[in-house]
Amino acid sequence: MKDYKYIGKSVTRIDALEKISGAAIYADDIDFGPNLLYAELVSSTEAHAKIISIDTSTAEQVPGVYKIFTGKDFPYKFGLYMKDRYVFAQDKVRFVGEQIAAVIARSPQAAKQGAALVKVEYEPLPAVLDQMEALKDDAVILHPDLGEYPHVPWFFPKAGTNIAHWRKTRKGNLEKAFAEAELVLEDTYTVPRYAHCALETHIAAAKLDHSGRLTVWSSSQSPHTQRHLFAEALGKSHKDVRVITPHVGGGFGGKAGVTMEIIPAALATKLKGYTVKLRYSREQEFINTYQRLGVVAKIKMAVDRDGKITALDHKIYWDAGAYVEYGANVVNAIGLSAIGPYNIPNVSIDSVCVYTNLPPGGAYRGFGYSEMLFGLESHITRAAKQLKMDEVEFRRINAIKTGDLTAYGAKMNPNGLHECIDKVAKAINWGQPLISKDPSKVLGRGFSLFWKAPAMPPNASSSAFLKFNEDASINLLISGMDIGQGYQTVMAQITAEILSVPPSKIRVESPDTDRNPYEWQTVASHITWSCGNAVKKAAYDAREQIMQLIHRVYHYPIDELYLEDEAVKCHTDARFMLPLKDFVVDGIMTADGTFKGGPINARGMFMPEFSSTNGDPETSQGGHPNVHYTVGAAALDLEIDPETGKMRVLKVAMAIDAGKALNPELVEGQITGGLLQGLATVLYEDMRYDAKGKLLNPNFTDYKIPTALDTPGEIIPIIVEVPQPDGPFGARGIGEHTMLPAAPMIANAVEDALKIRIKSMPITAEKVAMSFINKAKEER
Amino acid sequence: MKEISFNLNFEIRQVMVEPNEILLDVLRDKLGVKSPKCGCERGDCGACTVLLDGKPVRSCLILAIEADKHDIITVEGISQDKLSKLQEAFIQYNSFQCGYCAPGIILAVTELLENNPHPSLEEIKESIAGHLCRCTGYTPIFDAIMALSKGEQ
Repeated sequence: MKDYKYIGKSVTRIDALEKISGAAIYADDIDFGPNLLYAELVSSTEAHAKIISIDTSTAEQVPGVYKIFTGKDFPYKFGLYMKDRYVFAQDKVRFVGEQIAAVIARSPQAAKQGAALVKVEYEPLPAVLDQMEALKDDAVILHPDLGEYPHVPWFFPKAGTNIAHWRKTRKGNLEKAFAEAELVLEDTYTVPRYAHCALETHIAAAKLDHSGRLTVWSSSQSPHTQRHLFAEALGKSHKDVRVITPHVGGGFGGKAGVTMEIIPAALATKLKGYTVKLRYSREQEFINTYQRLGVVAKIKMAVDRDGKITALDHKIYWDAGAYVEYGANVVNAIGLSAIGPYNIPNVSIDSVCVYTNLPPGGAYRGFGYSEMLFGLESHITRAAKQLKMDEVEFRRINAIKTGDLTAYGAKMNPNGLHECIDKVAKAINWGQPLISKDPSKVLGRGFSLFWKAPAMPPNASSSAFLKFNEDASINLLISGMDIGQGYQTVMAQITAEILSVPPSKIRVESPDTDRNPYEWQTVASHITWSCGNAVKKAAYDAREQIMQLIHRVYHYPIDELYLEDEAVKCHTDARFMLPLKDFVVDGIMTADGTFKGGPINARGMFMPEFSSTNGDPETSQGGHPNVHYTVGAAALDLEIDPETGKMRVLKVAMAIDAGKALNPELVEGQITGGLLQGLATVLYEDMRYDAKGKLLNPNFTDYKIPTALDTPGEIIPIIVEVPQPDGPFGARGIGEHTMLPAAPMIANAVEDALKIRIKSMPITAEKVAMSFINKAKEER
Repeated sequence: MKEISFNLNFEIRQVMVEPNEILLDVLRDKLGVKSPKCGCERGDCGACTVLLDGKPVRSCLILAIEADKHDIITVEGISQDKLSKLQEAFIQYNSFQCGYCAPGIILAVTELLENNPHPSLEEIKESIAGHLCRCTGYTPIFDAIMALSKGEQ
């Protein structure tokens, strides 16, 4: 293997000093001066209703209130993949918390006071809060105009129903496989909604200046996508829309695309010359941003005598909420990938996106794969047990290999899934008995595989600009967001490796769409791979410019020149050594006193030109919708107190195939962080709605996210490296994947310990204790 | 409006405040100290922690007038000359990702280490149990503090 100087090394984060000294600027830290206005929203109290009237007269009397806007001021539609949302509710509201109006005031207090005094009169409509109810023939229809909504060509909405998209994947002959099977196992699994809970809530400020230029400052994973959607919805040229995105206090998918940011952007168009700011409270963060979609999954699996899975019929019904402009693509992604990381010859997948009167579903770390894998990996363990096979061996027999066909017929990329399985089994002592030292507790062990592909349009692209400075330090201009994963550091490492300039001499700033080149979005765990390729190309472009100049001035053949320790050197002339700082801006002086060269400015771009979404709508065969999958395996030891159901994770091992871990410590950071986020979704997090669609726990007191006291006893991170052929130095993304196996591992460990199979998330202590009591009653 | 004054990061500052203004907003909006962050507005998350007379408090739960004549330290105050050993350990162990919770946690642990330079893992967990971090899974935070506790820094 090639010896790298910076790649594969745990280089110190380049944003460390800023973040640890308190210097890092987040969106709410920007000072906008004395002409700042504050917006506060008037939100729907009804899950589904006609808006009869909006009375703003009392609110207008509040001192400091400047203006009040409602839906009639902004009749624009927007959406990422389907235009089904309005900036403010028009004639109808479709979920509790939907924005109806905004009160603009000189202080946040006045805005709040005003918003509380706006009177909205509703005519309630029947609400549908459950996707299975919404699918019934007599269900109330949320979007009677669904047939007219513009959407991407790979969505298939069913007008006149609540089905916003239905992804079908078909392969082989299911009937035959089920008829010939040794075992047919069929069951249903359910997963509720979840909240991202980034510590920084959503925030955006916008200003339309008197020249007509719109600037938006936002906490976002998607500056260019926001610019595009603002330009499109507000009818402006892209050159007149500027999105500036400083440090982000956590994203997890929640700050992908456009949610509340369009509100201040639109308000600014009617408040020329003012900056208007909207900062969500924690409660608003819970009730009116994207949420992770709820799932009902029906799985039917056929296995033959040798333990080979011969068929899978996977029907997944998604509670996608009132607007699905982003969430429908979660549904699409899983409709292509619900076989999990297995080689299955006969497949039927129906992934159905259903409108409900709950907040919009959208991207959440894992993009549907956690929800899908809860059922599938539970089912895998159960099938193995029914066949009296070891479940790890069963997984080995069926695990997908390089070159096997995916459900939609494309070949599986190179991957180390089998190596991950073996290493995790060894790390967790699979096959060794587990005995609790405490007689009042029982122990169980759970295993799970995982996989995920980036879900993105086939032409999602990344680009990079690279500028050398006089001292050979570098400014790298890219437009992905460092939402904590360490992206800026890794991009600096790629640059450093190629140009021999240490990462500490490379500055990567958060983007400004006016200055930084195009990037689709920081989502899908694609940024290391995609933007990494663009940065690599930019660094090679700079290197090429440097070598051409040296060749032109000193006449050394280009292939004899190389970069080392911030200098150009020559293989055939050991005396030649020209420091980069001597010429990367000022050029090289020649014998006659003239200069050659000039500032080295480079650029790079990457688009996956092999990707396409033109598969057959009835079978999904024929396209190449996913660029590659990242795979892995994980296992844990769980301690349970059967009396109370209280659980403690003693030890977890997780192996992930990063292709090439560009910065191993950052990969491990994703493992420890993603794992705990995943464990929380299965052990206690849960969005609880009442019968009228109102969220009952919109705060951290009642929606519990893990604290320092909830960490596993021991975490064993394992990095596997089977290179991704088209990845930068072989790398592929791993950020979302680390939370994927948590839920099925817990479900499988609970069954191992107590012989109870829990098929609905979350698997709380209460649920475990109640199931244990009920089982004891049944056995009596 | 009432004028109050306190020692903020080793400098006496005077400021006019409303009786119902919280310390967090006054620090951020009137005094330009931005490291205390707003995460929940109800004391659940710890992102707004400051040291009040050396003790970590939630600046979202304290009225600014309560801080009158007291000493307040934020991360800006402990980073003035050079980073503390704790801050350096946080960098070495990757104890932060998005960085939003870091100022609050650093202050809480600064206080812990002042009173108990060699805390056990359990004491460390206890001391930061009121600080939410959604990114790191906390383990790298424990590692940094344990290294300091064992004198490995």
